[in-house]
Amino acid sequence: MQPHDEQPHVPGPSLWPVGFAVGIVVLLIGLIVSWYIAGLGAVVALAFAFLWVRDLTAGTELTHAEEVPPEHPAATAPSASEGEAGMPPSAPAERYPRSKFLELSTLGVGGVIGGLVTAPALGFMVAPAFLKQGQKDHDIGPLTDFPEGKFVVATFMSDKSEGEVSRRTAFVRSNGQVNGQPSFTIISNHCAHLGCPVQPNGPLDQTGEKQFGDVTLIPTVSIAGFGCPCHGGQYDTEGNRTAGPPVRALDRYSFSIRNGRLFLGKPFSVSHVDGAGGSAKIHKWTLAYPGEHVNGIESWLYPIQPPH
Amino acid sequence: MATRKLTRSEQLQQTILYPLDWLEERSGIVGGVRYFLFRKVPGDINWFQTLGAATLTAFLVQATTGVILAMYYKPDPNSAYSSIQHITNDIWAGWLVRGMHRWGASVFIILMFLHMGRVFMFGAYKYPRELNWIIGVLLLASGLAEGFTGYLLPWDQTAYWATVVGININGTAPFLGPFLAQFLQGGTYINADTLPRFYSIHMLLLPGAIFALIGLHLYLVVHLGVTSPPWSKDAAGTGPSANGAGRKSRRGLLRYGTRRNGR
Repeated sequence: MQPHDEQPHVPGPSLWPVGFAVGIVVLLIGLIVSWYIAGLGAVVALAFAFLWVRDLTAGTELTHAEEVPPEHPAATAPSASEGEAGMPPSAPAERYPRSKFLELSTLGVGGVIGGLVTAPALGFMVAPAFLKQGQKDHDIGPLTDFPEGKFVVATFMSDKSEGEVSRRTAFVRSNGQVNGQPSFTIISNHCAHLGCPVQPNGPLDQTGEKQFGDVTLIPTVSIAGFGCPCHGGQYDTEGNRTAGPPVRALDRYSFSIRNGRLFLGKPFSVSHVDGAGGSAKIHKWTLAYPGEHVNGIESWLYPIQPPH
Repeated sequence: MATRKLTRSEQLQQTILYPLDWLEERSGIVGGVRYFLFRKVPGDINWFQTLGAATLTAFLVQATTGVILAMYYKPDPNSAYSSIQHITNDIWAGWLVRGMHRWGASVFIILMFLHMGRVFMFGAYKYPRELNWIIGVLLLASGLAEGFTGYLLPWDQTAYWATVVGININGTAPFLGPFLAQFLQGGTYINADTLPRFYSIHMLLLPGAIFALIGLHLYLVVHLGVTSPPWSKDAAGTGPSANGAGRKSRRGLLRYGTRRNGR
């Protein structure tokens, strides 16, 4: 009885407005999708609106019938006959204060808005580095441009729209026919230490240079392997490390042949190569960044590679 | 004569003080600045303790020259190098401002390490200043990252290959290294987006972080007071001024009070 006198008359909490709101949403969706759904939404909205209005008009009855148990211990501290509510006599605080609700809802709504704004921006910053990666096959010239047993230095733009910044270099050697199929050894120039450009250890035949489109082919005279100018890594002609800091052999390119022309495919990593030329056994691994072991205990440090 | 002179100087004083009073009344900033500039520090403070202010000055020089360089620099793979040439050779005093930024970068890094060494040698990282040491380490990391990202911007062979090596060193970090490298490059290889990405990090992201961290750093310096040098007799409480005048000189020294209470 007492709380009624002290508190202003406010309607008790009610779930009907939620249903009303759902009905409105369904009605609006229905306007776009179909008239049946719009009708359904209208019916739902009307039904809940009726219930809500009934609640508001008959509010006092409802609070008496239903809302008494939760409201009493909060509002009437001294008159509580129950033991636990009678314990703190000088604490007439609300059970869930309005200020606390406002504080939490402000923080919550602010957090949601902040997240909604930040998430796409962060995704925009991070995702493009990992999506749509990988290299398209690239035409580097007719098979006749690659004399058997000699390395040819091939440079090309992996993405012409990006220009010179996408220029890559591969060392291409024809191994002649192996089992009736043309065989090529195609070594990437990215040092397996930290990615500097390795150079052929031997003279180039500048007079034999060929150029078409974005591709340049320069034959070598005879080379003894590859060396890196940055930190002195050395490799043999199969790309195996012979000296210096590199942790594995040089990466290679896969290749395909279409209409008598050589196409470079996806690069892959190589731990080491047994044998030489067309009969070599290449120990292949998925492409890893320079300086990362692809086999042995150290490779456990790099269990997942981002999409290359 | 004398009274006229007095009124004149009073008038002058009023003219100078009026805008200050106006500001003070509305913001309290004059009192704040006065508190910052004339706060108590230990009497036996040392010249080494100016290294922090020197580092701050070096950073402000970097910020100022950087803002102006950004008015002429073009972060695009096709025009970055030529815009640097343009700044250095054609624009009036461009060589000077670029030189200040380029050499000032080294000065900033060197001063950060000297300041860090001073704090370490003086034991100024100890309670209650541990948090300021941590903020200082974050500042050092941000400063080094500034050096790394700024190095690519001239877009010449040195810049390009040094960045390739730097990114691949990041790539060898266990577990997340490859992802870090790919994030830095904005792709599997250095591509057309890498240069603007580094530029944005270099001139927006990191300077913002550094400004905020410097604010916290300075707040803690003022809040906690400045440490005495380790040889300070004042701080040890054994000097000739252990009572009387010495006590005042040591007012900024928080350690004194906490020690007394601890005993």
